[in-house]
This record gives sequence, C-alpha cells and structure tokens, in this order.
Amino acid sequence: MRRNIPLAVTFVVGMLLIVSVFLPPIETIGEDFGVFFSIIAVFAFFLGGGNLIKVHFGKIMKKSNDWEFSLVTVVGFFAMLIIGLFKIGAPGDISTSVTAEGSYFQEMFVYLINPLQSTMYALLAFFVASASYRAFRAKNREATILLVAAFIILLGRTPLGMMLTGWIPESFSIFQVPNLAVWIMNSPNLAGQRAIMIGISLGVVAMSLRLILGIERTYLGGDDKG
Amino acid sequence: MLLLTFSDIGLIVTLVIIAAGLGLILKLALKGKEIDRRIIFIFIFFSVASPIIFQIKFSEKATAVVKSIYDKIDNLPEGSKILISFDFDPAMAPEVQPMAIVLGRHALIKGHEVVFMSLWTTGQSLLTEIINEYILPDFPEKQEFIDYVTLGFKAGNEGVLKVIATDFKKMFPVDNNGRPLDSIPIFDGVKSCSDFDLVISIGGGKPGPKEWILFVTDPSNIPMAVGVAAVIAPQMYPYYPAQVLGIMGGVKGAAEYESEFIGNYERFKDMKTPGLLTMGPQTLAHTVIMAFIIIGNIIYFRKRKKEAKS
Repeated sequence: MRRNIPLAVTFVVGMLLIVSVFLPPIETIGEDFGVFFSIIAVFAFFLGGGNLIKVHFGKIMKKSNDWEFSLVTVVGFFAMLIIGLFKIGAPGDISTSVTAEGSYFQEMFVYLINPLQSTMYALLAFFVASASYRAFRAKNREATILLVAAFIILLGRTPLGMMLTGWIPESFSIFQVPNLAVWIMNSPNLAGQRAIMIGISLGVVAMSLRLILGIERTYLGGDDKG
Repeated sequence: MLLLTFSDIGLIVTLVIIAAGLGLILKLALKGKEIDRRIIFIFIFFSVASPIIFQIKFSEKATAVVKSIYDKIDNLPEGSKILISFDFDPAMAPEVQPMAIVLGRHALIKGHEVVFMSLWTTGQSLLTEIINEYILPDFPEKQEFIDYVTLGFKAGNEGVLKVIATDFKKMFPVDNNGRPLDSIPIFDGVKSCSDFDLVISIGGGKPGPKEWILFVTDPSNIPMAVGVAAVIAPQMYPYYPAQVLGIMGGVKGAAEYESEFIGNYERFKDMKTPGLLTMGPQTLAHTVIMAFIIIGNIIYFRKRKKEAKS
C-alpha cells in the first residue's frame, strides 16, 4: 500500500499532464498542476530548514568534529529567519517586502551573504589557473586540439585577440582571433552541445516513461519490491 | 607632449612586473622544473588586483550576438513591455550584474515599461540592490507601477514558468510589496508572457535562461534575449538565433553592451561601467593563464626530451 499509492499518483498525474497537451478542453490542467508544484516547492523550504537544523543540532549536541562550524550555521540560520520573518528594520508594516530598503534582512544580504558567496566563487580563478597549467599539455593529438581551442577562446575573450590579429585583411577576417573564437562556439561547440542536448532529452523521455509506468521505483526509497 | 593617466602608468607597471616574473619562471622552465602552484596563485592575484586598483580599462566593440540585443531594445517602440528576470545569486553576480544594470538603464531610457522578477531566492535581494542603487538614481522621473514594477521571487522553478506562460496573475497575484497586479498600470492588457515584447533572463544556473526558452518563450514565440555567465554561454549557442535573438556571455558580453550603450547615449558616457572595468582583470588573468600554459608545455617537452635521451 505504501508503494502502490505513490505509484498510482505518479501514473495518474503523468498521464493527465501528457493528455492535457493534446486535448484542448483540459489543457489548463497543466497550469493548475504548476500552481500545486509551486505550493509544494514552498514546503520544500520547511523540509530543507528542518533537515539543516536536525543535522547541525545533532553535531553540536554530540560535539562532533568541527561542531563549531555547525554552531555558526545554526546561529546564522536563526538570525536570518527571525530578522526576515519579523521584517526587523523594514519601513512600514508586516506587509512590506522583506528586502525593502533599510530592512536588516537586506543589509545582512548585501554586507554578509553577498561578499561571502562572491569570495567563494572568486577563489575558483586561482584553481582554474593552476589546473590549466597542469592540464593543457600537448601530450597527444586530442590534447593538442583541446589546447589550441582553449588558447583561441582565452585570447578571443579579451581585447588582446583583436590587438594581435586586427591587421588581418577583412577578406580573411575569419582568421582574426575573436572571429575564430566565435566560429569555435558556433560550429564545433554547437554540434557537440546539440548532440548532448538531444541525447539528454531522449534520456529524459525514457526516464519519464519508466517513472509514469512504475518501472523506475528508486525515487520511493528502499528496495524495489512493491 | 605624452600625457600618461593613472591607469596607463598602472598598466605599464603591471605589465613590466608580470613580464619580469614570467621571464624568471621561463628560465626555470627551460631547465625542466615544474612550477609550484602557489607561484601561479600570486600571479593570478596580482593580475586581478592590479587592474582594479589602477582602474585599467580596455575598449570593446559589440559583436553581432550582443548588438542584436541592443538593437532590439533600441528599436522597440516607446512603451513596449519588457520582462527582465534576475536568475542569479551573489556568486554569479560579478559576471552578470553589469548586464542587469545596463539592460535596466537602456530599457528605462527608451521609455519602455519594465517588469523585474526572479526565480532564485537570492535574486530578490539582488533585484532590490541593483534597482535602488544602480538603476533608479539615474531616473528620478520614473514612477513605480507606471514605468517599472518589481514582482520579486517566486518559488517553484519551472512550475512558475509553466503557469506565467499562459496566466501571469495566477502565479503572481500581487507584486513584491503585496499590491494586486490588477491595480498596477503596467499590467493593463497583460494576461501572459505573450503580452511582453521582449523577455530577458539573466543568470546561468537552473532555473535560468534555458528554462525560460523551453517553457515560455519558444512555445509562445516571444522574443527572448539572454545574459549568462561565461561558462554557460557555450550551452546557449544551440538556441541562437532561432530561439534567442542574442547572447551576452560573461563579463565580455556585458562590456560589449556597455560600450555600445555609452557610445550612443551622451547622458551616460561617464556612468560607472562595471563590465568594462572587469575586463581589465579578465584580460590580464587570461594573459597570465596563457603564459603558464605555454610554460607548462615547455616544461613537458623538455622533460620528454630528457627522458628520451636517458
């Protein structure tokens, strides 16, 4: 029973949504399900928050490794939650936007979250540089092609490309580095990307059918036996 | 008389230091010695920090793929409705925020009616920051609800898109401040996304430009433009030019748009151009990375030669 009900729900919803595309009288059903999906998505935030508290609270109570970081996480979570829920510092009443100018939630976002996330992402530049130095080596034919393509794209994404090859006459402008970079994006990259996209789409169709027909049951958790 | 600006001096000093450092490393490379990654980190730090400190800028020219977005906004009749979705977080912001700023300015100066929204939780705060701090100070005459409106964030990813593709108010009954959409002049005559003259998604993650194309603009045949992080740009090319009329890829895309904008609007020629400014660090960092790739290959071939001999 625990498995049959979710399987039946999946089958009915899946079939309804497919049929609604082809039957005009029930085509708005897709919109209604979209609204349901949005409501369910909001509950996912509660689940996510609950899970975060459960995991980190457990670590703090047990004084596990690096429990101090968990403490920072929990304090940060509740600080943002309380400030956001009660709209502390926001002008006007409770109906005011949580991100209204002057609200502490917005201030914390601008002065804490914003620089922290940007810093984390910016660190990638260092690792990308180090990885490029080690990875782009002309060890064989394929690696050489990759190396040349990377070089052209790197050069093409800066004004240097035009500075170095801008002298090439207009009739041979394809050989100017920025144009070569565009050609790489528009031809070999396009072909590869389309092939990947078509492959993924076919995979999605196959997986959707398996889910709707109840062949794929791993999303229910546990073993496959009904 | 040759007059050098602060930026010019900064550029010369930076290039001399980088060239001297790379020269020394090249000397080591010729002996076949590998480079410690901490040395690479120092070079990257210097090549990124120096252009920011010295405000080093390079000139840019809009390529066709960016120019088509500029032309579209420029040629739409005054009062056209444009929907701009901020689908990004602070991590992606340094790359795509310059696009959001310049697109917002361009749409407002042309007298279009702009609707701002976000599919990302962090997007709403970024929206507030960008609109209040960067866009609106240049347009004191523009009125909320008449010239622009902010709908904020809505949870549901593709679910949101699926609904607004056919019925906007079903998913957004009120705006960011709880005001009903029915009482907002911009939404007069707007039933769905099809009633917008242009949809722009700025982002690079999921949900983002790709989901907008798949669920909204392609099925409803709505003109669509995208601004994405550089790593996502290659994934957008399969949609150009049939499904998207233009692509702004990374900082370079933003810089190209900014140069086109300030070149054509005298009023904004002295505006802050974060895209063009970020091209300085990008150009020098790319140059340093290319130099290290060359050095890496020199070391590799020297080692191979040595191994072959022994």
